[in-house]
Amino acid sequence: MKLGTYNPEVFYDELFESVGKPRPLASVLVRNLESMPDGELIRRQQAAEKALFDLGITFNVYNNQSGLERIFPFDVLPRMIEAMEWDFIERGLKQRIRALNLFLDDIYHDQRIVKDGIVPKELILSATGYRKACRGLNPPWGIWCHITGTDLVKDGDGKLFVLEDNIRCPSGVSYVIGNRQVMKRAFPQIFGAMNPRPVEDYPSRLLDMLQFLGPRSDNPPSVALLTPGIHNSAYFEHSFLAQQMGIELVTGNDLAVRDGYLYMRTTRGFKRVDVLYRRIDDDFLDPEVFRPDSMLGVPGLMDVYRNGRVAIANAPGTGVADDKVVYAYVPKIIEYYLGEEILLPNVDTYMCWVPEERDYVLKHMEELVIKTANDSGGYGVLIGPHSTQAVLKQWAERIQDNPRNFIAQKTLSLSRAPVIVGNSCEGRHVDLRPFALYGKDIYVMPGGLTRVALKKGSLVVNSSQGGGSKDTWVLSGGLVT
Amino acid sequence: MLSRVADSVYWMARYIERAENVARYVDVSLQMALDTPGGIRQQWHSLVAAAGDEKLFVEKYGEVAPVEQEARDAILHFLTFDSSYPNSIFSCVTKARENARAVRGNLPLEAWEHLNKFYHLLTSVDARKRAAESAHVFFSEIRQASYLFEGIVESTMSRGEEWHFLKLGRYLERANQTSRILDVKYFVLLPDPADVGSVVDDLLWAALLHSVSGYEMFRRRHGRILPESVVDFLVLDREFPRAILFCLLRAEESLLAISGTPLGSFRNPAEKRLSRLRATLAYSNVEDIVAKGLHEYLDHLQNGLNQIGEGIFESFFTLDAAAMGQSQQQ
Repeated sequence: MKLGTYNPEVFYDELFESVGKPRPLASVLVRNLESMPDGELIRRQQAAEKALFDLGITFNVYNNQSGLERIFPFDVLPRMIEAMEWDFIERGLKQRIRALNLFLDDIYHDQRIVKDGIVPKELILSATGYRKACRGLNPPWGIWCHITGTDLVKDGDGKLFVLEDNIRCPSGVSYVIGNRQVMKRAFPQIFGAMNPRPVEDYPSRLLDMLQFLGPRSDNPPSVALLTPGIHNSAYFEHSFLAQQMGIELVTGNDLAVRDGYLYMRTTRGFKRVDVLYRRIDDDFLDPEVFRPDSMLGVPGLMDVYRNGRVAIANAPGTGVADDKVVYAYVPKIIEYYLGEEILLPNVDTYMCWVPEERDYVLKHMEELVIKTANDSGGYGVLIGPHSTQAVLKQWAERIQDNPRNFIAQKTLSLSRAPVIVGNSCEGRHVDLRPFALYGKDIYVMPGGLTRVALKKGSLVVNSSQGGGSKDTWVLSGGLVT
Repeated sequence: MLSRVADSVYWMARYIERAENVARYVDVSLQMALDTPGGIRQQWHSLVAAAGDEKLFVEKYGEVAPVEQEARDAILHFLTFDSSYPNSIFSCVTKARENARAVRGNLPLEAWEHLNKFYHLLTSVDARKRAAESAHVFFSEIRQASYLFEGIVESTMSRGEEWHFLKLGRYLERANQTSRILDVKYFVLLPDPADVGSVVDDLLWAALLHSVSGYEMFRRRHGRILPESVVDFLVLDREFPRAILFCLLRAEESLLAISGTPLGSFRNPAEKRLSRLRATLAYSNVEDIVAKGLHEYLDHLQNGLNQIGEGIFESFFTLDAAAMGQSQQQ
């Protein structure tokens, strides 16, 4: 494979400085790739894809009856991050998560931040993720957002931004571990030479964190993972994590509330559950409190939770901080609770409910990325520069009908990384989702899921929208040359 | 273990066993057809009947075509790839995989990985072509895929509840399948009960034994092929792993191990019914079967197996019937 002609074009490229010239952190990798005989890299790419397919590391595509599952497309060229840059990311994420957790605890108790005039009350009350039923609740150790999967991007200058905080049920961590296993098999020599920081201890750390939440101090607490079932797009991840932790994977039908406790149905009768790692949305958790038509949850669960007899991760109610209008306040939230300046900045955000900002948005739609406040998975996003007049007009009407539900951001020229296309490499836009666990203290997995927009020129990296992934290597120490 | 998990593990094992057995009948019948004057049409008819779904076949494909090749293609497709036929190999493996997917955290990783490959063996683009052109190789692969699954489970799975439910499903299904093939083939081979003891066509009886991979084992045990000996071997043998009594003994071991009930007693309806049925066979000889009539005997046995299945559902898969989902279908 010849990379001497690889052209990063006008974009910030994660591995290359200019045409054919790798960044220092990528030089060992590029040298190794160039020394491979023709066709070898493609062969390893195909072997990696086959391994993922055989392992059933697949996701289900909604509205696709026939296929039911596909592998999450994978590119074997790793994305790399230097140790120093990573240290900064890690500090920035910890700062954000600590502040957002204090925010959530405050919102569901005294609402000091509202009383002090930092965040408007109506904003909180109108957030679809705000749960009245969570007022006054005290989750174990005061932790609300146990698992976070923050989306980070770089702009054309290589500057980092937070795009979303994702503190409801972020997914993708199983692909990080699966990708790593496949990469170790595909490139043992390069791997040995570069020595990226390990990610495979994530399940152990996740289990430690979940057990830390257990209400009983005697025996190790009984932990279960609640999944919507095999038709959910992240089902592979649910079963993978349950298996790696050795805990039960349960559906709502496996659970029942009896005598004030949560139980699962086993072949030997009912067995108690102390900690529930739920991978279903708040809305579906308990039909007696949230959506009454939910078949996925457990009637009475919230009562058990309220009485401290079961811990739930992430805590119900965290969605309020995922609201994209609340996101715009994160710099202020950090300053208010921690007295610190934000390390990892937000992308500049226009809030359509503020009349002046709405006017600006409506006049500049074709330059902006417009998002609804509460969608995820790449849904509810309009990329102005890639859109048509008809669609822009339709969105303009929607914004005017319900300005609270829309925000707009500058269209970032996302950074790129080389991917294998046929017999050569081309640049594609990438983002990064690191995963963090909040238990006794905050742990950030080194690296995370690098998602790639595989469609040429596309800025949307979500798996449901034609995205793929790469392994992410956080290098251990000083520069390797 | 979770009731739902037990349910899925049990059915996963049943469906894999069922797929293997369908592959066995199809393969052997193909070969028998080459040696029979009636050709494919006679053999295949009983084949569809063995699966108990003659009516469904006729509804979907009409009467068996008079042209040999057409008849062969239709029946082969029906039993192997037809996704609308619930007992086709494809349907069985798909359901086994769906059940495995629902409990993949409880299975050894290699078992899941292999079952996935098993499924892809049937869905690959050239699967139909291969089944038509080199049927024996194709159906051998299916049989071996099932062996390999069993091998992975036996060599990597802890002997806990999951393993016992898996074994229970496998052996109850196998007992059921052996009884069906015997019931149907016996009728074809020996339409008149008065013929018992007369000279029969060795070749066809040998094929019946081949369909359960029991030809060599039978020869070592009984020598000459006589209809009674074949019945004795397939129903009452305690050592041949596809004989009905052998299957019931293994199923009983696992069922009792699940609840810790001592042999000779019972704690739930499933245990009561299984031990009774096992005892009926254990204290019979082939003369008893002939006296009752093979067909009646096997009918009674299949009925007993169904009741055991219901008992297992009641005893383990449902704690409060209202809240649990539907039981899976046979």
